[in-house]
Amino acid sequence: MTAISDNTARSTSSPYGEAIRQALYAALLSAGLFFFFIGLESTQDISNRLILRSHWGVLATVVALVAIGRFLFIAFVLPAVDRRRANRGPIAVVAEKDQSFLRRHRFKIMIALLVLYPVIIVSTVGMQGSLKWVNNFGVQVLIYVMLAWGLNIVVGLAGLLDLGYVAFYAVGAYAYALLGTHFGLSFWILLPAAGIMAAFWGVLLGFPVLRLRGDYLAIVTLAFGEIIRLVLINWRDVTKGSAGISGIPKITFFGWFDFNVSSPNYIGKVFDIPTSGAYYTIFLYYLILALALLTAFVTIRLRRLPVGRAWEALREDEIACRSLGINTTNTKLTAFAIGAMFGGFAGAFFAARQGFINPESFVFLQSAIILAIVVLGGMGSLSGIAIAALVMIGGMEILREMQFLKLVFGQNFTPELYRMLLFGIAMVVVMVWKPRGFVGSREPTAYLKEARAVSSTFTKEGHG
Amino acid sequence: MAGTNLQTPILQVDHLSMKFGGLVAIGDLSFTAPRGEITALIGPNGAGKTTVFNCITGFYKPTEGMITMTRASGEKFLLERMPDFQITAKAKVARTFQNIRLFSGMTVLENLLVAQHNALMRASGFTVLGLLGLGGYKDASRASIEKAVYWLEKADLMDRADDPAGDLSYGAQRRLEIARAMCTGPELLCLDEPAAGLNPKESLALNELLLGIRRDSGTSILLIEHDMAVVMEISDHVVVLEYGRKISDGSPASVRSDPKVIAAYLGVDDEEVGDVLVEVGDTSVIEELDGVAPVAQGPAETSSMFEGPIADTVEEAGGETIVPASPAASKAAQVEAETAAKSPVEPKGPAQ
Ligand SMILES: Nc1ncnc2c1ncn2[C@@H]1O[C@H](COP(=O)(O)OP(=O)(O)O)[C@@H](O)[C@H]1O
Ligand SMILES: [Mg+2]
Repeated sequence: MTAISDNTARSTSSPYGEAIRQALYAALLSAGLFFFFIGLESTQDISNRLILRSHWGVLATVVALVAIGRFLFIAFVLPAVDRRRANRGPIAVVAEKDQSFLRRHRFKIMIALLVLYPVIIVSTVGMQGSLKWVNNFGVQVLIYVMLAWGLNIVVGLAGLLDLGYVAFYAVGAYAYALLGTHFGLSFWILLPAAGIMAAFWGVLLGFPVLRLRGDYLAIVTLAFGEIIRLVLINWRDVTKGSAGISGIPKITFFGWFDFNVSSPNYIGKVFDIPTSGAYYTIFLYYLILALALLTAFVTIRLRRLPVGRAWEALREDEIACRSLGINTTNTKLTAFAIGAMFGGFAGAFFAARQGFINPESFVFLQSAIILAIVVLGGMGSLSGIAIAALVMIGGMEILREMQFLKLVFGQNFTPELYRMLLFGIAMVVVMVWKPRGFVGSREPTAYLKEARAVSSTFTKEGHG
Repeated sequence: MAGTNLQTPILQVDHLSMKFGGLVAIGDLSFTAPRGEITALIGPNGAGKTTVFNCITGFYKPTEGMITMTRASGEKFLLERMPDFQITAKAKVARTFQNIRLFSGMTVLENLLVAQHNALMRASGFTVLGLLGLGGYKDASRASIEKAVYWLEKADLMDRADDPAGDLSYGAQRRLEIARAMCTGPELLCLDEPAAGLNPKESLALNELLLGIRRDSGTSILLIEHDMAVVMEISDHVVVLEYGRKISDGSPASVRSDPKVIAAYLGVDDEEVGDVLVEVGDTSVIEELDGVAPVAQGPAETSSMFEGPIADTVEEAGGETIVPASPAASKAAQVEAETAAKSPVEPKGPAQ
């Protein structure tokens, strides 16, 4: 009895005393540390003599800030965190039981929001102002969502670490760019062609790397990505090298209307509406949305088919797969091929959207970003990956908008130059906070009584 | 047709050898597994039992020998020539592993569905029809779940069907691995130490499951087991290995009373070997064997990694006189050989 009351008394009365003590320690420590860093500055005077200049004011400010920060942290932040942690258990259970309308239909609501997004943007900022929002936040993010969903088949489901995914993106883009500019074929014919071509290259890559696992697989796929890029740079007769291919034809709406102001079928003329560049962007938005949803749809279906289950089984244990009569060679090749195919689709779309491509768009960094999105989102989870793409790619775009940071860091500050730094910090933070990504658990593909998500403690990442 | 077929053993292993560098893990092993019976493969740790399984199921390519699987249809398969996955898919041999290999991040039910991959793959039109929602995939899918439920009930895992396999207890994981192997529809089921690490109750449940499999599905079973009680209780036929060689073969009762098995397998101490020999009597026979045995079981071949450098034994083998197997090479050989041989080293297999 006494022990308990003692305990509670200490834990309720002590935060401030404890906080003051800790603040003093922190102040002492920081004073000791910063004494030389901040307090003293050695410079040379005109006659080249070394002189010491002191900044006691700045030192005092920094030490005071540290002390105050430590005090606030101990006195308020820690107790708050503890309280939240203590409360979390029962609250989480209640929340799970409460299958509200929003929760049950969250995917439908998300899709509806995505479909309405351009409408909302246009009605709030007008036709011309919508361009930036639909293009930079809509199309750009959705391209990465689609790429990451495609890579997810290879990395997340089959557990094969592929660092050269951008190669298939490049194959798709160049397939459309070359065939479109030389033969004038329509996007709607070239889209499947680009996908098939990328799938073909996926199988070609798959064959030599079938025996490789883990690090070795990663290195060979990385090399493959570089080979494709170097071929694109050096095969000047066909690809025009680093100069790239320009004048890639725009996509038409199945020949009914198109988006060239000079063409007789221009959308403005067909529908008798004012000329605007935003139509094409909005059209591209819906196109990439449809392509991304197709990727998600196919992935969801494949997971419930034997081939999808075999991919996941392969990730869990390849030897056990073989002992069950599964041809692991074919299983891996289909994963490479189907993953590559979606990369090819995305590439063709990218070429059509840009109107100009060169090998610079297909550097290793792209592969790394796509892989980072898959890992951050949680390997295998479509919704987690979509969130990760939104956070990462959308976050990069938002940086551009943060001009107010100039007021803080000075006029020369260009926030978008720091996007990779932020990308890195975000990855570290998320990985510490959720080591298996935003959505680490996996949904079972079949169930008898009730579908319960499998916790990430049981799933494996694959060995390559 | 079926009558004659019943006479042919389901699995015939002829002169099987498997060498890892200088180590002979299996040396000239021949045995048969009768159809519809439970054949136990026993022997001390490191005797090469798992290696035999790996050769049968195609995970190792044997150095020499022939492994013939005869299916109930009369179709014959030479397993040493087939890739591992086809041995399960075509020759209908399924296996479990000594260190359990489940898909731990998939649910129990999903584990059983993955095992039916090939049938489902055909039903889904190799994914194309299934993706488009055409063909009979829905029916096949339903049938596959029914089959899974059948084995879930047999393995007493019904109430864990939607849990991750990695979340099961050790005994349940063993049963699930057997159920998963059965979902491939095998004619021969190879179980690598299924009772290892089970408590008595789980062990009993396992015996029930195995006897049920033999009774209801007519599947022949090849079983590696350490627990003599399990072996004696459920097997119809026992093959005893020691250092990659067969030292005994027969009914459980006859194997149990075989002095070589007693010495080799039942863990008789070196000092006791002499006692066993006295019990068995017949020292003259032993002396006779002493001169003959090493020709077939020369030191070069019996050498295992536990006896020190292979060069030593090879040198001995090259010598004029035939030297008995190097010290501590084989307990069974010791029974055959003189008791005088001093053997300070206790042969011990790696715990797998
Ligand atoms: N892949 C391998 N490479 C080298 N040696 C092996 C390999 N597999 C098994 N062995 C050796 O073969 C012998 C028999 O092993 P194993 O078949 O696992 O024995 P058991 O299953 O009877 O305990 C052991 O000496 C083991 O070290
Ligand atoms: Mg073994």
